[in-house]
Amino acid sequence: MTSLATCDRLTVRYPGAARPALADLTLALHAGEKLAVVGESGSGKSTLARALAGLLPVGTALSGAIRWSGPPPRPGRDIGTVFQDPGASLDPLLTVGAHLVEGLRAPLPLGRAEARARAAALLARVHIPDPERALAAWPHQFSGGQAQRIAIALAIAAGPHLLVADEATSALDVLVQAEIVALLRELCRDAGMTLLFITHDIALAGTLADRVAVLHDARLVEIGPAARLLAAPREPYTRALLAAQLDLASPRLVGTRP
Amino acid sequence: MPRLLRRVATRLLGSIPVLVIVVVGVFLLLNSAGGDAVDAYLLSIGGGDAQQAEELRIRFGLDQSVTARLALTLAQLARGDLGYSVALNRPIGAVIAERLPNTLWLMGSATALSFALGSALGVLAGRRPGSAADRLLSAGSLFLYSIPNFWLGLVLSVVFAVRLRWLPVSGIETIASGKTGLARAADIAQHLVLPVSALGMIYLALFLRVMRAGMVEAWGQDYTLAARARGVAPWRITLNHAARNALLPLVTMLGLQAASMLGGSVVIESVFGIPGFGRLAQEAVAGRDGPLLMGVILVSALMVVAANLLVDLAYGALDPRVGGPR
Amino acid sequence: MIRELLRRPEALLGGLLLLLIAGAALLAPVLSPGDPLAIAGRPLVRPFTDPAFPLGTDGLGRDLLAGVIHGVRTSAAIGLAAALVAVLAGMLVGTAAGFAGGLVDEALMRVVDAFQIVPGFLLALAFVSVTGPSLAVVAIAIALGAWTGPARLSRSRVLALREADFVAAARVMGMHPAEIALRQVMPLALPPVLAVTAVIVAGAILTESALSFLGLGDPNAVTWGGMIAEGRNQLRSAAYLSIIPGIALVLTVISIYLVGEALTDVLAGKRQS
Repeated sequence: MTSLATCDRLTVRYPGAARPALADLTLALHAGEKLAVVGESGSGKSTLARALAGLLPVGTALSGAIRWSGPPPRPGRDIGTVFQDPGASLDPLLTVGAHLVEGLRAPLPLGRAEARARAAALLARVHIPDPERALAAWPHQFSGGQAQRIAIALAIAAGPHLLVADEATSALDVLVQAEIVALLRELCRDAGMTLLFITHDIALAGTLADRVAVLHDARLVEIGPAARLLAAPREPYTRALLAAQLDLASPRLVGTRP
Repeated sequence: MPRLLRRVATRLLGSIPVLVIVVVGVFLLLNSAGGDAVDAYLLSIGGGDAQQAEELRIRFGLDQSVTARLALTLAQLARGDLGYSVALNRPIGAVIAERLPNTLWLMGSATALSFALGSALGVLAGRRPGSAADRLLSAGSLFLYSIPNFWLGLVLSVVFAVRLRWLPVSGIETIASGKTGLARAADIAQHLVLPVSALGMIYLALFLRVMRAGMVEAWGQDYTLAARARGVAPWRITLNHAARNALLPLVTMLGLQAASMLGGSVVIESVFGIPGFGRLAQEAVAGRDGPLLMGVILVSALMVVAANLLVDLAYGALDPRVGGPR
Repeated sequence: MIRELLRRPEALLGGLLLLLIAGAALLAPVLSPGDPLAIAGRPLVRPFTDPAFPLGTDGLGRDLLAGVIHGVRTSAAIGLAAALVAVLAGMLVGTAAGFAGGLVDEALMRVVDAFQIVPGFLLALAFVSVTGPSLAVVAIAIALGAWTGPARLSRSRVLALREADFVAAARVMGMHPAEIALRQVMPLALPPVLAVTAVIVAGAILTESALSFLGLGDPNAVTWGGMIAEGRNQLRSAAYLSIIPGIALVLTVISIYLVGEALTDVLAGKRQS
């Protein structure tokens, strides 16, 4: 199994912060896999996503290294990112079409008309009904789930080989969450994309991912195949996380592993 | 379109009670004064006897009770009749119509200048908050914001009109120059450079600060981060996302400043000897001409209402979330 | 908090300036005894030429430095008084509107609207011309155009607080609504209003100077606006007469903005963390 990227003793400290947001993290991301990173808020899981996607704010201190198997990736072209709140990650003043045309033309040498034609196809690919009409609509006219589909269409516009989903389902209700998870699974399967799935929901991570990494207090606690990690966690923290989740767990609404 | 018209109509109807409050308030204020326009008028023509004063008072309805005159005033204003100026011996509506264009040119140019420059510099400052350009522009705007407009006008006229003789010292156009058409327009534009700069500078500073704050706000939003994640070029994120969103609070601010700018033009017109609407307010005060002052204040209020209506419509067109003409 | 303020160079600069200005205001009778409007020497002494008159004299031979030092008292007194009246009146109206709600709120807010669509400066002009110029009148005239901001701010804060538990508890205890509004709710609406107070003071000082410039200031007090207006007649020959009091005005206003901005920043930072 070839690795797409390797974090080697990666430490990230935000400007003005007393403690690092990510400390001494060593982790490999395999090409084509679905890796879920689980942790509570402040565990550093989103920092890991942003470090990989090249989205850390200016002035962030980075030590250690991220090694890529190929040339350093460019955001948009090689890595697509989906954020937590679809309402906030779309510019309220631009139509869906304008978003897609801009997102397509940034990494790809496309004319306006060409980009427009591809935009409709992208919306169809994430199962937005009536793509032509959706292109002319504004972000606020869509439900959270639909808006997240549009955000996903934007993230995969240039055909990246890595998709980073940063709490991409956390703001949605359970049923919509399941739909988005199904969509992510379908897109990864069809395009052979690698998925980095950031979530606080260890059960959800288990149903979607091939491997699960658990982060706590800026450090990697445990990493392993999803089935093994959920069935027989090695670390006490993972057990505690699972126990806390199971207390809350109602009957499973999210689809089972294929 | 009918929806748009309906919105305009609702807004205008809603402002009627507010305008009535303005009229009643100003009326009561003006009537609490000792001495009236007749006293001031007689004083200005070198005095007159009691009988003459009495005749004048009857002629202008000043002999009736306060409530009767308030009712008369309201009825008269509702008909669109602003009354008659004792001090100028002319219908107030005609005087205002004659003076208003000068002030509208002054204010319109000052607004255009401060809005264009202020928003452009605000984008420059807010492009990278904390950068050297930002610190310089932010400090500079705070300084500009602290300068009283009339003093700035005097300093500008000392430098550019008195010392360098590049621009005229005062007036709205060269008197009896016989210029017409384009030559006259150029002449007026030349006369407006200094007053417009003096009036507009403080708003330039204000708009710069509002625009910058809007940009800083936008940088904290997910949509700018998401655009970065899509590989959109930085200049494009700055202009197409951050600046576009930062423009919305600026447009709101534009409406809020209409009243303040009208007040500023009173002083600026006095500094530069521009026979405008603002100077009329001062003349009304000097001549103790209550009806004239009432007319000036009411027309100002109407202008502010109109400015806010325009801003509202512009906002609706800019922000798809507001029920615009779509 | 003070330490945090000292770490900002612009706040430090503004603070020092403000201290200097406040010192001049308080010590004016000591620094420059006697009537600043009295003739003190030769007319039109240029600034920085005569040690007896560091800033020179005006066309009548009055000491410009004395004028500037005494002028700060007028500016400060009117700026603070106008801001105090505006904040008090605004908070009372805003609290009443927000707490009473319904028709009272509707009526009071239309009055606020009315004050907002009339240019504050025109209103001040009309008020002073009717009542006659004195320091108190000028302060009130300026407050007429400045109280609507505090009114709106405190109203929205009170609206948010009206349904709070402690208000319900006070009602159950049988407190009079007016007492609840004034003693329990209004103080909580103070912070957002205080945040804009520096801007109100600075704005009041600027408005006062414009009124005095147009000859509507208190004729018995030295005002910077009045000095600028008098110097205007000699703008061609002795521009310093207008320029010097203007610089004093700019420095005063900018120091208030600098300190006010730093205070707002520090307070906002405090709330966030």
